[in-house]
Amino acid sequence: MTGTILTPGSRVGAETMEKAARGRSLWDDARRRLMRNKAAVGGMIVLGLLVLAAIIGPYFTPYAYDQINKDHVWAPPMTQGHLLGADSLGRDLLARLLTGLRVSLAIGLVATTVSLIIGVAWGAIAGYVGGRIDEIMMRIVDVLYSLPFIFFVILLMVTFGSNIILIFVAIGAVEWLTMSRIVRGQTLSLKHKEFVEAARAAGLGDGGIIAKHIIPNLLGPVVVYVTLTIPAVILAESFLSFLGLGVQPPMASLGTLIANGAQDMELAWWLLVFPSLTMVVTLMSFNFIGDGLRDAIDPKDR
Amino acid sequence: MLRFIGRRLLIAIPTLFLVITVAFFMMRAAPGSPFDGERKLSPEIEANVMAKYGMDRPLHEQYAAYLVGVVQGDLGPSLKYKDKSVLQILQENYRVSLTLGLSAIILATIIGVSLGVLAALRQNQTTDYVVMTIAILGVCIPTFVTAPVLVLVIASKLGWLPSAGWNGGALPNLILPIVVLTLPQVAIISRLTRAGMVEVLRSNYIRTARAKGLPENRIVRRHALRAAILPLVSYLGPAAAGLITGSLVVEKIFNLPGLGKFFVISALQRDYTVVMGMVIFYAALILILNLIADLLQAALDPRVRLS
Repeated sequence: MTGTILTPGSRVGAETMEKAARGRSLWDDARRRLMRNKAAVGGMIVLGLLVLAAIIGPYFTPYAYDQINKDHVWAPPMTQGHLLGADSLGRDLLARLLTGLRVSLAIGLVATTVSLIIGVAWGAIAGYVGGRIDEIMMRIVDVLYSLPFIFFVILLMVTFGSNIILIFVAIGAVEWLTMSRIVRGQTLSLKHKEFVEAARAAGLGDGGIIAKHIIPNLLGPVVVYVTLTIPAVILAESFLSFLGLGVQPPMASLGTLIANGAQDMELAWWLLVFPSLTMVVTLMSFNFIGDGLRDAIDPKDR
Repeated sequence: MLRFIGRRLLIAIPTLFLVITVAFFMMRAAPGSPFDGERKLSPEIEANVMAKYGMDRPLHEQYAAYLVGVVQGDLGPSLKYKDKSVLQILQENYRVSLTLGLSAIILATIIGVSLGVLAALRQNQTTDYVVMTIAILGVCIPTFVTAPVLVLVIASKLGWLPSAGWNGGALPNLILPIVVLTLPQVAIISRLTRAGMVEVLRSNYIRTARAKGLPENRIVRRHALRAAILPLVSYLGPAAAGLITGSLVVEKIFNLPGLGKFFVISALQRDYTVVMGMVIFYAALILILNLIADLLQAALDPRVRLS
């Protein structure tokens, strides 16, 4: 910052002064810090491309993801019109990869939304109401925390068969615990702030205060945690799929593709390598964005 | 102290009870039965088998009987492996999982703490960036990617190590599974250590130690490290949970006769009692580790009060 002070005529200096004149909100500050973080910006660009590829990509591949072609069994990459090769049934890996990415991202998004809704509601109520109810609600979270959850998800999948809705719900229901703790902590510190008292004095009810004043102010930490939950959910789904309990064929997710790739890797390395790479790149871009957001929003590290 | 342990156990018991109840009814709600084989049993035989295991009684009676058994330390017979009790199966298979898990957590702690300290001491220098890159990669590359890739490269192509099997616990067979389990833990532990260390190195008592003229080496070892690794203690529970999850994948890929592999197979085969036994075993394990973590935390950090 010293540089800008010493050279007030420079472009940077002028920009800073203009911003200062207009007044900057905390969110403006956060956005500027985020944009200066190269890893986070890189993560956003890569993720944007991945999302775009997942949404429109499947319409542009020469083969459908479930199209079996006996003459193309184990076609290596760049042969017979298969950019990334074909699998044991002659299905195009590129098409399957794009579809799998789409499924994985969708699961990440939906399950995270489920966890977001449960977690924010639970945490906000516990923190706001406080007292005995808070204690009971957080004790429940503690108890659930100490369960070997993956076993319950596995049991759930085994019990009710693997359908995609259930995967959404099961994983979402597992991931809300940390969210509720974060939200509760924030709520506790928010509820004694002057603006909440002012709202109460103005006659707003508890529900209104939670919805209009508490939750909007929770946004920062919640956004950070959401960006870190999505990759965790994608991982969880892939883990289930890898064990054969997740998405069922001919549908694909990144996890099923990696599982199939691992089975056939001696014969066709591309079936393992490309899905694995996609998985790692996806997880990394989410993590970079999440870390960048945390550095940008969390006032502790300023 | 004793009161704290007592209170935690009072919470642990309802937790276990909840685990047992949910798992029991979920398992029974599943379609299919452990006696669905390749050949369909005749109705009379099936009725006999059901009666033998008490499965002809109403569900709530079975549940009550099961609870009574658990309290007496009896987890019942396996429904798939004739002549074996669940306890026997646990005893025969825990060794593989325990060996892998313990080795992984010990290795990960040594490597992770060293890397974390190194990164903190050389903050914002090349070493720091290298370590933190490793940490990010370790978090982003899941076990079900590292395991097959390592098998493909090191076992299949290079032929340095066996690709699968237990072989009585021979070292070459253990290396790859342990490495796969260790990597993600190294990543998390080095991150935690670095964060703790960076914070501690800024604190006043470290400045005091420096002002006293203590050698840097001694400051790091005696003063900073102790405080910096405290957050690691509370990571013990989650680490165990992570290792258990990882062992499901590792035992499948490396075809190891451990509990993780057994769990998935038993769940698919509807071997109710075995699945229940494993859920109880793992839940108890995690509860105990969390309790130990809390006690350690209090023993090591005078600021923490057990209440």
